[in-house]
Order: sequence, then C-alpha cells, then structure tokens
Amino acid sequence: MTFDFIKLFIAAVFAGTPLLLGTLGEILTEKSGNLNLGVEGMMYMGAVSGLAGAYYTEIWFNGAGLPAVFAALIFSFLAGCLGALIYAFLTISMRADQNVTGLTLTIFGTGFAKFFGELMGQKAGGYVKVAAKTARSFGKLKLGGLSKIPVAGELFFHYNFMVYLALILALALAFFLNRTRKGLNLQAVGEDPSTADSAGIPVARYRYIATVLGGGICGLGGMYMSMVNQKGIWVPECVSGYGWLAVALVIFSTWNPLRALYCGLIFGGFTILRMYVPVPGLATQLYDMLPYVATILVLIATSIRQSKEHRQPAGCGHNYFREDR
Amino acid sequence: MNSQSRTDQASLDPRKPAENCSSVKMEAAEAAAVTAPEASAASSGAVSSEAETASAKPAIAVEMNSISKNFGDVHALDHVSIQLFEGEILSLLGENGSGKTTLMNVLFGIYFPDEGWISVKGQPVCIRNPRDAKDLGIGMVQQHVKLVDVLTVAENIVLGMPGKALLDRRAIAAEIKKTAERYGFKIDPDRKVYELSISEKQMVAIVKVLYHGADVLILDEPTAVLTPQEIQRLFAVLKKMKADGKSIIIITHKLHEVLEVSDRVTVLRKGQLIGTIPTSEASPYSLTEMMVGHKVNLEIERPLPHEVRDCLVVKNLTCLRDDGSTALNNVSFTARAGEILGVAGISGSGQKELCEAITGLFPAKEGSVRFLCEEGHDGEGLELLGLSPEVIMKKGISLAFVPEDRLGMGLVPSLSMVDNILLKKYHQQKGVLVNRKKPAEIAQNLIDQLEIVTPGVETPIRRLSGGNVQKVLVGREIECNPRLLIVAYPVRGLDINSSYTIYNLLNQQKAKGVAVIFIGEDLDVLMEISDRLLVLSNACVSGIVDPRTKTKEEIGLLMVQGGDESVKKGGQTA
Repeated sequence: MTFDFIKLFIAAVFAGTPLLLGTLGEILTEKSGNLNLGVEGMMYMGAVSGLAGAYYTEIWFNGAGLPAVFAALIFSFLAGCLGALIYAFLTISMRADQNVTGLTLTIFGTGFAKFFGELMGQKAGGYVKVAAKTARSFGKLKLGGLSKIPVAGELFFHYNFMVYLALILALALAFFLNRTRKGLNLQAVGEDPSTADSAGIPVARYRYIATVLGGGICGLGGMYMSMVNQKGIWVPECVSGYGWLAVALVIFSTWNPLRALYCGLIFGGFTILRMYVPVPGLATQLYDMLPYVATILVLIATSIRQSKEHRQPAGCGHNYFREDR
Repeated sequence: MNSQSRTDQASLDPRKPAENCSSVKMEAAEAAAVTAPEASAASSGAVSSEAETASAKPAIAVEMNSISKNFGDVHALDHVSIQLFEGEILSLLGENGSGKTTLMNVLFGIYFPDEGWISVKGQPVCIRNPRDAKDLGIGMVQQHVKLVDVLTVAENIVLGMPGKALLDRRAIAAEIKKTAERYGFKIDPDRKVYELSISEKQMVAIVKVLYHGADVLILDEPTAVLTPQEIQRLFAVLKKMKADGKSIIIITHKLHEVLEVSDRVTVLRKGQLIGTIPTSEASPYSLTEMMVGHKVNLEIERPLPHEVRDCLVVKNLTCLRDDGSTALNNVSFTARAGEILGVAGISGSGQKELCEAITGLFPAKEGSVRFLCEEGHDGEGLELLGLSPEVIMKKGISLAFVPEDRLGMGLVPSLSMVDNILLKKYHQQKGVLVNRKKPAEIAQNLIDQLEIVTPGVETPIRRLSGGNVQKVLVGREIECNPRLLIVAYPVRGLDINSSYTIYNLLNQQKAKGVAVIFIGEDLDVLMEISDRLLVLSNACVSGIVDPRTKTKEEIGLLMVQGGDESVKKGGQTA
C-alpha cells in the first residue's frame, strides 16, 4: 500500500506541474485585475512554440540536448507572452470586454497551435519528434545522494527540472506578492485600480507587465505538455482542457501561489488516478471525469464560502479608465 | 468677478489650447512670464477684497487659471480660476453639478483640462495624472474614500510610495503611528480596512495624504458621513495642519462648516466662477445667494401636528444580514399619522434594512410590525411581517426609497415617466391590455405641480437631472395616496431648490394625515423637519427624542453610542 502511495504521489507531481504553471500564470494575471480566460490558448501556443523551438534548434544548429531545451523554454515563454500581449492590448489599451477577449484568445491559441503543428509535421514528412537526447533532458534528474535517500529521495528529489522550476516560481510569486512593495502595488491595482491610480501607481503598466509575464508562465505549462507528457512528439490534442482546469484551480487555491502547490498536486492526482488506484469494474470514462467533477464541486464550495480576503481581486474583470467615473 | 476672469481668458486665448503636455508646459511658462503678472495686477485692481488678502498674505501655493473642461456638450468647467495661498483653508462651495469636484479632479490629475493652466508655488506645471500631482505635493481625499478593503491600514498608506523593494512592515507601522499622533489621530496600522467604520477610513485617508508629504490637501465632502463630534475633531486637525503651513481646499455643501473652518470661500455655479470672498465677510444668506443665484428662504417649515394617532407599531424587530451580522437589533418604535418621524444615524446603522423590513423586502428574524390604519383590524392592527411587498403596497404603505443608486430601486431609467407610473398602476387595471391614458394625465399633473423640468412625459427618466428624477419618484409615491410614506435620503444629491420642494411635499403629506418616516443623513435638516427623531446606532435604537428640545451634540452622541441600556432609555422617552 505504501509503495502504491509513493508511486501515486510521484505521478501526481508530474501530472500536476503543468496545471501548477497555468495556475501561477493566471494568479499573477488576475492579481493585476485581468481575468484572462485564454489560459488554454496560451498553453497551446507555448506547447507548439516550445516544441518548434527545440525541433528547429536541433535541425538548424545541430543542438540536440541542452540548447534545444533552452530554446523550448524561451520560445514557449515568448509565445505565452505574445498571446497575453494581444489580450492586454485589447483589454487595457482598447478596453475590450475581458471575458470575450479571453475566450477568443483560447480559440485563437488552439488554432495557432494546431495550424503550426500540422505545418511542421508536413514539412518533416509525417510527424514532428525531437531527438532522444533532448527528450532525455526533460527526464528525471539524478541529484546525487539526495535522490538515494530511501522514500524521501524518491518522493522529493527525483523529478525533472521543470517540476523544480515550477516550485521555485510558486515560492517566488508568493514572496513577490506578500513581501515586496511592487507586489503590494500590484495587489492594489487588481483590487481597486482607481485607488491605485490615486496613489500614483501606473495602473496600465502594472497590468501589462503582470498579464504578459503571467501569459509566459502559462506558455511554460503548455510546453511541459508537449515536451514532457508527449515526450517531444506533436500531438494536436496535447493540452486538452488543462488550461481550463488551471482557471478553476486559481479559484480553488484562493489566489494564493503556495496553496496552488497542493491544489495542483491534488488535481494532478485526479488525472492519473485510473492507473494507480484501479477499482475493478469502474469504467475508465468515470475516472476521466474526476478532475472535472472535482472542479464543479470546488466551484460550488468556494461560492458558498463568504470571505472578504480569500476571493477574487475586486477589480478583476473590469477595465480601468481614469476619466470614467 | 465673472467678467474679470473672462478678460483674463481672452488675453491668454491665442496661445492656449494644447494637444499635448509639453506644449502646455511651454505655453504656460510663457504665459506665466508674460501674462501672469499683468493678470494678477489686473485682478487685484478689480477685486479689492482679494487684493487686500493678497498683499497681506504670503506666497501663492496653487493657482489654477482659466480652467475649462467639457464632457461632450456639457461645460463642466467654464474658464474657472482660483488661487490658494500657503497656510490657508479655502472652501469650495456650490450646488451639485457646479463643477467643484471636477475642478479638484483637474488639480489632482484625474481629468486633463481642455483649456487653462496651473502653477504650483509660482512654477507653471503640467499635471497629467495623480502621480504628477503627488510629486508636486498635492494630495486629495476623494468623496468616496479611496482605500483597498482587503489590505491593512499600513499597506494602504504606503501604496505607491517609493522606497526599498522589500517591505519592512514593522518600521512602516511605527512611522505611520508617529505621523498620525502628530496630528492627534488614533489609528491601528495593522487592522484591515474593511473592519473600519467610515469615519475611521476617512482618517486613514487623511493620514495617507499627510504621510505622502502633501503640502496642498484637497478634501472632497469629508463631513458627509461624520457625526458632529467627528466633524469637530476633523476641523481641529485641519486647523493644526494649517498652523503647520499646509494649504487646504475643502469641498462641502454645509454653509455653517464653511463659516466655521475656512479663511476664504470660492463659489461656483454651473461650472462658472461666481467669486471668492473672505469668510469674515460671508453669511449663510450671502453664500446661498451666490450659490443659487437668487434669494432662498433657508427655514424649513414645521407645522405642529394635529390629530395624531398611531399608524405603525414596530416591536422588537430583529433582522440578520446574509453574512450573519445583525442588521437590526430589537428595534421598537411607533410611527404616527400626521407626524414626520425622522431617522438619524451614521450610514449603515440599519436604515436600509429598516425600510426594507417594513415593506417586505427584507426578511425579519423576530419581532412584529403592525399596521393600524387598516379598517376592520381596530386595536390589533395587521401584521405586516411575512406579507409580500405587493400585498403591503396595496394596504397603502408607500416606499420612496432612494438608495445610493437612485435609479436602481425606485424607477426604471430607460422607461418614460408614463411607463414608470404605469408600473405601480397596471395591476389595478382590468383586462390584458394596459391603458396608458390615465398615467399620462398623472404624469402631466406631476410636471405642472412639482415644476419638473423634462422635454415631455415620454422622455426616458435617465435623461432627467437628479432633482427632477427625485421629484418624479416622490410625486409618484404620493399620487398613490399612501397612509404611510417612507422616504430614504430623499434630498441626497439635490440642490437647495429641489430639496425645499421635497420638504414642502413631505409637510403637505403630514398635514393630510399621512405618517411619514424620513430617513436622512443631514442632521440639521432632520432636526428642523421631524416631529420626533429616532436615532439608530449600530443596528439598535439608541433613542427617540424630540428634536425641538435636544441639541445637535446630544443627538450626535446618541448616534455613536449604542447598546441595550440606551435602548431602554430610548423606549421610555418615546
């Protein structure tokens, strides 16, 4: 039984990491008062761009391995930023409706990824696949003695570098929001932009930067789906709703990056439960429903809870224009 | 004075309007160098009182010259010029829509002026946003205090301040305490803002502006939500700040406050500057005349009630809000026909819930509300709790409720006057089709009687000004011949003329034998119009008093204290 649990935990961490990245990106975005529902789209853009970056680095610069990994990181991040930049320009500068813009971004990002994924596949003569060396770089790390500690070594020190990157991002984001002056200013912008404006905080700049960086983090989450989950092979359905789960997880984690850590773990666990806790006779379709059913339950539970502090930033979803009052 | 400012404007006109900021700066500099001395010389010649002050007074802290701002076709500000000296308190007075707040928003960088220039300490400046204003030492406490609810007091105060990247919360709290104590404020830096009362929030907002190092302080209607005692405390602070050499502009509607606290008064009317006079030369009557443009009788009539009998008996009414907090705690009182019962209290003390509980819009937990005017229920009366609003309305209880969003609950903004009247009448009509003829007649009558300014009975309500909307709303309620009329904040946001029309309407209803419950916020008005005054404090009745014999301070004290003892005392008084 213990053995099973360790396996389940490890698998949950792997499955939860892209969710965590998407959640962190969206927390940063929503803290600035932008409700970007385009997480799914930005993850798709990150997924295809990261794969393309790695693949062409291998072909053009003969850079299988680390150079390809770096290219995947950078291009997926930039692709996420690009999606978010479109969103930010439309909502902050053009004052378009946030909900509609976000939904449109999801459609755009999904189409963007499927189009370029298909294109790459045709150019490559069938399908795109990164070199084994690159795929291995996304594999489990060996952290010397740490990985050899019984149980703990397996539980905590035996993951790929993306897991640790996501963990560091969560800690950094929590530190930024709670301990720094800029983090405080960002929270004010998200809660009450006109107050922030009166206090001399440049609202539009904060919103742009937070939204674009948040999009970049979502892009990294997408890249995880294509490079780790699919091992560097382009699969058109690779993101498959994880972006939407991330949006729900933001609510579950009550906009707190540290809580997002275990929320990502729990939901990651739900997505792979079928393989680790088999119940004889239970249809796999029911297992696949789990994360979505859990999402609905979480949304109901959080809407019942009445708390002033653990809720969506009050300015979220509303565009700000100074002379409009 | 008005013509004077126009000449100034004419002399500046050729080089003024500016597309972007840098050109404003240049031109303003030029204007200051060339025209400003002339202009000020000219104005000192024309307005003797101001010239005297100027010759005796030190430097000018802020000068706004010939400021114009249009919103579409509306001229919110039409070449308005003001000067603020160092170490003085200037009152900005005017009716609603006269442009006071707009002018201050221009100075604070929220609006960019269409024309005109501003100089601070003699230097022409360009204020593009609140950040620029802050850098120039200008701070503003806006009417609806701008604080982030979920952050602490300390976090709110340091918002937007430059400093080390990391927050040292303890050091910041200590500094804030020091600033606050210097001016005699007591604030706890670690409390969350949503836990604070409105007056505490106001104090925090002022401390915030001081902490940011402002020399020029703008206060937009700071006294609207305060009790008399709190107002006195605020004024003491303002005088202390003035002694410190800070310049203060205070916007208010209340004439006696102007006379009490300020050195000079600037009066605006419909976006135009009417004039600036030293407070020592002003009286309530002269100021009202400047504000309104003609003489107004400031006395509110209060005919003695006759044939008074009980109409509504509320006993031990207790209501809870959705979040479990107590909205009304054991409230008991009697409203009598032929009387106006005033309800005073700091906003949020349960006024809204009281109105809504009586009219069936808010569920009650305990208690009884008995309506005695109904025939056939003599003695016992009719229990209203548990009845639907529709049934209650048919009994002749009318609610003219004016929530903060005037058009939210009372009228449908996109419908015409006729349709809005029809809303209350259609269920009395027979058949499937509605008859619009009668409501149209009623609408025309209301327009004639109450002097409602509207293009016609079919114009959507939202195009009417606030005062006229209010007249339509109260007029419609009265038209239904209620036996009990509940009005909440009926003159909020109305100018003096419209306010007095409403007071007269209420007195007429009282004379007709209607029981009127008047929920108000201006204690002066409440004390002048009510026959009895119920004071709510923190969801409890802290007293029911005769306003003819009590002082404002005594009532103010009741507004801040609550609790069971005072309830008993209040019950005895009633």
